[in-house]
Amino acid sequence: MARMKFLCDADRCIECNGCVTACKNEHEVPWGVNRRRVVTLDDGQPGEKSISVACMHCTDAPCQAVCPVDCFYTTDDGIVLHDKNLCIGCGYCFYACPFGAPQYPQQTSFGARGKMDKCTFCAGGPEDDMSQVEYERYGRNRIAEGSLPLCAEMCATKALIAGDGDEVADIYRERVLRRGGRPQTWGWDTAYEG
Amino acid sequence: MAKSKMSKSKRRKIALWSTFLVLSLSLALPLASYSIHWLGASASAQDASNAAVNPKSKFWKQVRGGAEGYSAVKGEGANVLVQSGGEDWRQFREGPIMKKAPWAIVGMAVLLLLYHLFHGKNRLDVNSLSGRMVPRWNTFERMVHWITAFSFIALAITGISMLLGKQLLIPVLGPAGFASWAGISMSVHNLIGPVFSIGIALMIVMWIWHNFPTWTDVKWFAKGGGLFGKAHPSAGRMNGGEKVWFWILMTLGVAVCISGIIMVAPIYPQINIPFIDTSRGIMQQATIIHAVGAVIWTAIALGHIYIGTAGTEGALEGMATGYVSEEWANQHHDLWFEKMQQKGKVLLPGEPRGAQDQAGTVYNRQTKHTTT
Repeated sequence: MARMKFLCDADRCIECNGCVTACKNEHEVPWGVNRRRVVTLDDGQPGEKSISVACMHCTDAPCQAVCPVDCFYTTDDGIVLHDKNLCIGCGYCFYACPFGAPQYPQQTSFGARGKMDKCTFCAGGPEDDMSQVEYERYGRNRIAEGSLPLCAEMCATKALIAGDGDEVADIYRERVLRRGGRPQTWGWDTAYEG
Repeated sequence: MAKSKMSKSKRRKIALWSTFLVLSLSLALPLASYSIHWLGASASAQDASNAAVNPKSKFWKQVRGGAEGYSAVKGEGANVLVQSGGEDWRQFREGPIMKKAPWAIVGMAVLLLLYHLFHGKNRLDVNSLSGRMVPRWNTFERMVHWITAFSFIALAITGISMLLGKQLLIPVLGPAGFASWAGISMSVHNLIGPVFSIGIALMIVMWIWHNFPTWTDVKWFAKGGGLFGKAHPSAGRMNGGEKVWFWILMTLGVAVCISGIIMVAPIYPQINIPFIDTSRGIMQQATIIHAVGAVIWTAIALGHIYIGTAGTEGALEGMATGYVSEEWANQHHDLWFEKMQQKGKVLLPGEPRGAQDQAGTVYNRQTKHTTT
């Protein structure tokens, strides 16, 4: 069984925000909600790095642990999804999440939080696969269609990779070896004496 | 007896200086470890350069530590890749707050039950009542008390539902049933919370003047507050226990109210509330303070509710009608009762109530009281 994973290659990401745009468009995500974002560190400095980040579909997901109504579940592919019928918009998953993935649409009264929305790894929600209800609540279910998340498929530099964790790791390992030398394979000289 | 060789003043001088030396060293010596920090900084830096550090590891260590960057996407915490506060928050909430703190409420309930079974109600010592009544709480005080009291109960039920519902209520109501109850709970909690906070603020303003501790309270506590035995320690309008309850409201209660208001504040960057920082870190701390404080508060409140209703004969009547019997006043708040007598505020049987509340009406009751 596949274990789905995202990986963003910081040596390739050019902060084009194509993944963010692709995601918003594919799932018709409401205004103010961003399932994916690109963070640039040391922006404008030598050695700046950009990384695209969304829900990382943790194995022991903090959001799942703290949810007071227990609305999260993990699919057989290791994708963390949630049921918007149960979500009450309390915000606890946002406090717990290391990556800031959970987002809340703003409701009109007192600026209260609506039901939480987050990256679904393009796998929809608990409703019937590829149904209209599922599309309206969670966006397209590309996994059910046999495709991978659109953010990764659209990535121009192939910095963002999504798919089975083993294959993602193989691709990244090959890249690192091909790049060769320091600092990517830092420690090689120490371990094997040049 | 051998005479001391040292003069008195010299001995005093030695004693003074040695005390000074001991005190100053005890303050200074624990700081010695800082010298390693200052002096050894160059030495440890050298060690680090010898064992070459991957330049990337430092970078990623900072990212792991919550370094802030730039993101075109705006929102709370959007420019941070990894925040670790949430993991601490999760551990503390899923651990001590959910697994240990609620036992305080259970423990208090058991204690009260045992007290009631083995000690029983604190009854009035006299068998027949004279019918003379003493005004204890005015209309405004009672209104504030009951609004706060009923909202407290609503907040406690909805709050405990949200804290422990996952364990206790999902097996009973099912996931969908509990989710709708939790949604109602959250709305009720968010709407009643501010009303309750105003009630607490009014209570503080109304009652702080009566709640400064005095020696009478120390003696009251020394006698166990009359919880056990026949003794009724002296008390003014508020006894020691009521004063402690007031100061719990004043500290723990205020902390719970403020942290609650922070939690209902919107998290959206386009809405700015003056003086309230709604960052993720502040929200995490607010939920911790709120949950711990509210659980302890609920446990103590059970004690207050018990003493005010089933625990003491005549206490509920005071807060319900505003008047207590002369016998109750004399038994529980004798010093206050004496003052009320001197002021002539004790009502004769059948005398109309509420006369004192009417502005501009002054009754000279001193003349009516021939017996007291």
